[in-house]
Formats: sequence, C-alpha cells, structure tokens
Amino acid sequence: MSAVNAIARALPIPAGAGLARTLIERNARAFRHGWITLVSGIFEPIFYLFSLGVGLGALIGDVDTGGGRMVEYAAYVAPAMMAAAAMNGAVFDSTFNLFFKLKYAKLYDSVLATPLGPRDVAVGEIGWALLRGLLYSTTFLIVAAAAGVVHSWWALLALPAASLIGLAFAAVGMSVTTYLRSWQDFDYIQLALLPMFLFSATFYPLSTYDESIRWIVQATPLYHGVAMIRDLMLGDVAWGILAHVAYLAVMGLVGVLFAARRIERLLLR
Amino acid sequence: MISAHRLTKRFGEFAAVDAIDVEVRRGEAFGFLGPNGAGKSSTMRMIGCVSPPTDGSLRILGRDPATDGPAIRARLGVVPQRDTLDEELTVRENILVYGRYFGLSRAHVRAKADELLEFAQLTERANSVVEPLSGGMKRRLTIARSLVNDPELLLLDEPTTGLDPQARHVLWDRLFRLKRSGVTLVLTTHYMDEAEQLCDRLVVMDGGRIVAEGSPRELIALHSTREVLELRFAADDHAPYATKLTDLAERVEVLPDRLLLYTDDGDATAAAVQARGLEPLSVLARRSTLEDVFLHLTGRTLVD
Repeated sequence: MSAVNAIARALPIPAGAGLARTLIERNARAFRHGWITLVSGIFEPIFYLFSLGVGLGALIGDVDTGGGRMVEYAAYVAPAMMAAAAMNGAVFDSTFNLFFKLKYAKLYDSVLATPLGPRDVAVGEIGWALLRGLLYSTTFLIVAAAAGVVHSWWALLALPAASLIGLAFAAVGMSVTTYLRSWQDFDYIQLALLPMFLFSATFYPLSTYDESIRWIVQATPLYHGVAMIRDLMLGDVAWGILAHVAYLAVMGLVGVLFAARRIERLLLR
Repeated sequence: MISAHRLTKRFGEFAAVDAIDVEVRRGEAFGFLGPNGAGKSSTMRMIGCVSPPTDGSLRILGRDPATDGPAIRARLGVVPQRDTLDEELTVRENILVYGRYFGLSRAHVRAKADELLEFAQLTERANSVVEPLSGGMKRRLTIARSLVNDPELLLLDEPTTGLDPQARHVLWDRLFRLKRSGVTLVLTTHYMDEAEQLCDRLVVMDGGRIVAEGSPRELIALHSTREVLELRFAADDHAPYATKLTDLAERVEVLPDRLLLYTDDGDATAAAVQARGLEPLSVLARRSTLEDVFLHLTGRTLVD
C-alpha cells in the first residue's frame, strides 16, 4: 500500500479523492437556477447552419470535399459549425465561468476544504463542460439531420467526437484561465479563437490555401476537430481520422493534468 | 488531535509561521490569539490541510496531512474567515451539496440538512438564495455547512468578526453546544471576550511566533495584575501624568486617551491618585482581562 502511495506521489498527477462527480452535481444544481444560458449554446450553431449553410449555400452551390466528391455547401459547413460550437461552448465554460468561480465566488476555496483535491476540481469542471456540450451537439445533430445535411450513419460518432473537441478545449481553456488576472485578459482568448473559427478549413476546403501555409492551418486544434467531424458526417471515414483523434486526446489529457496542477499552485499555497 | 512541532510556513523569505509547537487535546476548545498578520490564518490553513507546511512536523488526528490530506479533511469541519458560501445555490442546497463533497449519500445529507438548518435557526430561510441573508445568518449557515460530515475537529477562523452583538451571542451559544457534544474546537480570534468565553486553552501569537500559552485565567495571572485602573484626564497628552503615577502601580500604560494602571486593588490605587491632588475626568477600576494580556504581549502599535 505504501508503495502505491509512493508511486502516486511520484507521478505528476495532482491529488484527488475520486469525488469529481459531486462537483458536476453541484454545477447541475446551480444550473437549474440559471438555465437560460443553455439557450444560446443550443441556438448558436443552428443559426450559423441556416444563415451560412442554407442561405449563403444557395449562392455557392456544391463544393469539393477534398477527394473529388461534391456535396451541397450546407452539408459541407454543418460539421464545421458543430465542431466550432463544441469549441466555443467548452471555452466559454472553462474560461468565463471558471474565472468567476475562481476569483469572485471563491467556490474552490470551500471545495478544497472537503476531501476533494485539485484533480477533482479539474475533472469535475471539465466533465460538466462536456455534459453541457453533449446536449448542444445532440440538438444540433438532430436539427442538421432534419435539414437533410447529414449523409451517413457515421454521424452518430460525431457526438463523442464533439465531446473530444470539448475536452481538448476545456482542459486548455481551464489552464489558461488560471493565468488570467482580470476580465480584460479575456480579449486574448478571443484573439486566439476568432481566427481559428474563421480559418480552420471551416468555411472552405484546405486546398484553398497555398501549400506553403497549409501546415499552419493543420497545426491548429480546431482544424482537426472540423476535419474529424466532417469525415464522420459525410461518411468519408478512413484510418487517417485517428490522427485527429490522437491530436485532440493528447491535448485534452495534458490539459487536464496541467489545469489540476495550476489549481493546486493557486489555491493550496 | 493536533500535534505540531516546529511548524513553519514561509512565503519566499517571509516566515508567516515561525517554528511553533502546538498540542490540542480531544474535546477542548483551543484558541489562537493575535493581531492581524500574526500567522493565525496560515496556521489554520496548514491544520486544514490546504496549505503544505514549509518545515517542521504536523500530525492531525494522528495522520500526516502531506499524504493523508483527503482522509483528514473528511473528518474536519472548516469555517473560513470569509464566508465562502455558494451564492448560486439556496440555503438548503448549500448544505446538501457540501455534504455530497464528502461522499455522503443523498438520503443522509437530506436528513442532515434539516437537522442543521434547525440548529442554525435557518429552517424558515431554507429555500431562500444566500445573497440577501444577513451577516449573522450567513455565518450560521457557514457553520452549519461545516458540520455536515459530523466533524471531530472544527476549525473556526475568526468566527464572529463583523457580527453585531446579538449575532455573536447566538453563535457562541451554538459553539458551546458543539463543545458539550464532544466536538474539539480550534479557533482564531482577536476578540478577547470571545477567547475568554470559549477557550479552555489558548496561545498568543505575534510575528509568526507563540509568545504566551495557557488558560485565560493563567495568562491573566501571569502577564497582568488582578485589576486595572483606567484614568482619563482633561489633556491631549497623558504621558506627563504617567510619570507622576509610576510608583502607584506595577505598570503604567499610556494610551492616546487614557492611562492604565496595573494594580491588585483598583479602588485603593484610585484613592492614592486622588490623595496626590490629581483630578481625573473619569475613574474606572475593573477586573483585568485577556485584552490587557494581549496588548501587553503584542505591543500597542497598530498592526495591519
């Protein structure tokens, strides 16, 4: 037993009591009093789908998915909206909401006085962001299917895929939040998100870019999220999709560990 | 319950707690007294297993907080200096959710919440949000919340700071009941009446060190006299009067607005003062209190 403890201490995993679920429960309760925030998360990607995909799509016609296959623009852009919404939701939850709890509500000061440790805080908050994200992406998928832009049963896997995007972004978002000093600092986050949203092969194929700069786009996490969900919703599934999965999974895991470490540094001094 | 040996907490170069030795026994009420910045809260955070000691040894409930933090915290109740209630939840939910953090079952925390709301006299506000509650109510809720896991050891950091007298007395009454039911209390305060009311034993801290230790009565006997005579003169500066009176008391303390004469018989000293032809505006002979000990030990300069 002491050997187990020694190993646990040597690993770079911050302490926890395995009670992260109770923090999710807390958030669910708090959420009942403020359910209105749910609405914006559900409608944002749906509005984009109809304005860009259906509206603008009527002017654009069909686009090449990359392999020479042509699909209508709405079907092309819908997966990107789902991926971007997963990113935005996770970032919103893990930055604004977390910053408030950390600096103003001092929620974790009382949480860490109980058996819960910093790892529970990180896992609990990110887990909650994923649950909310799952609700958003499920509604979106239903609406997209009803609008006729989902072309394959593989699309069901877009739900866990969206959760994976959420995990990656929530974990990194939480880590970043622990460094923020004031609300002004949130502009830096917007500065990173907006170009990613616009340029990650979201609205047009990667082939639009000159070959010399494609690698920059391909290095961003949202590119992998969009590509992964697009493959699934269009049914273009190949082994290559695992590269996207691996990128986001590593980003998520490293992010969770790092976020927990940061919570520990900040609050357990 | 708590055993600290040469316990130290440093932030950079600054030693907030400087090699203190403390023993707290089961069932007693133990106090940390001291001015702001004396190291009381840092000590409490280390005992609460949310701040790793820099040096020295610390055992709580027989365990080491460095390795058994969650297991120790499961048996502690913590009332922080500043209320950290969950303002997104109702009064009752605050207790329910907090109980769940300890891994307690939903049924158990539901029953416990009703009991604790009753104890804290908050049953009527159970479904109210936290924000509009008065300071005293919030404090009682924080204490109720800290009891959800039936702690063996309750840590209270300045439990009544900022409360009005009625609210303080209600709180003291609740704390007495807890102590009678066998809970060990450890509290910090800079209210001397609170320390005298609640503590069986206490230490006085100043500048991160322990400067005195004992029961309130022992400390008064050791560091003060039986009585204190307070004299107020019609003058802006009381220092000249002090020089005329030094031989009448064991010690004379000059405050901005009055003199304190430490003596064993206040009335006799008052008569002696009058015999010298001095006419104070007001004369008050009173029992010596822990406050006199405290001010004597930690100095009269204002510490922030």
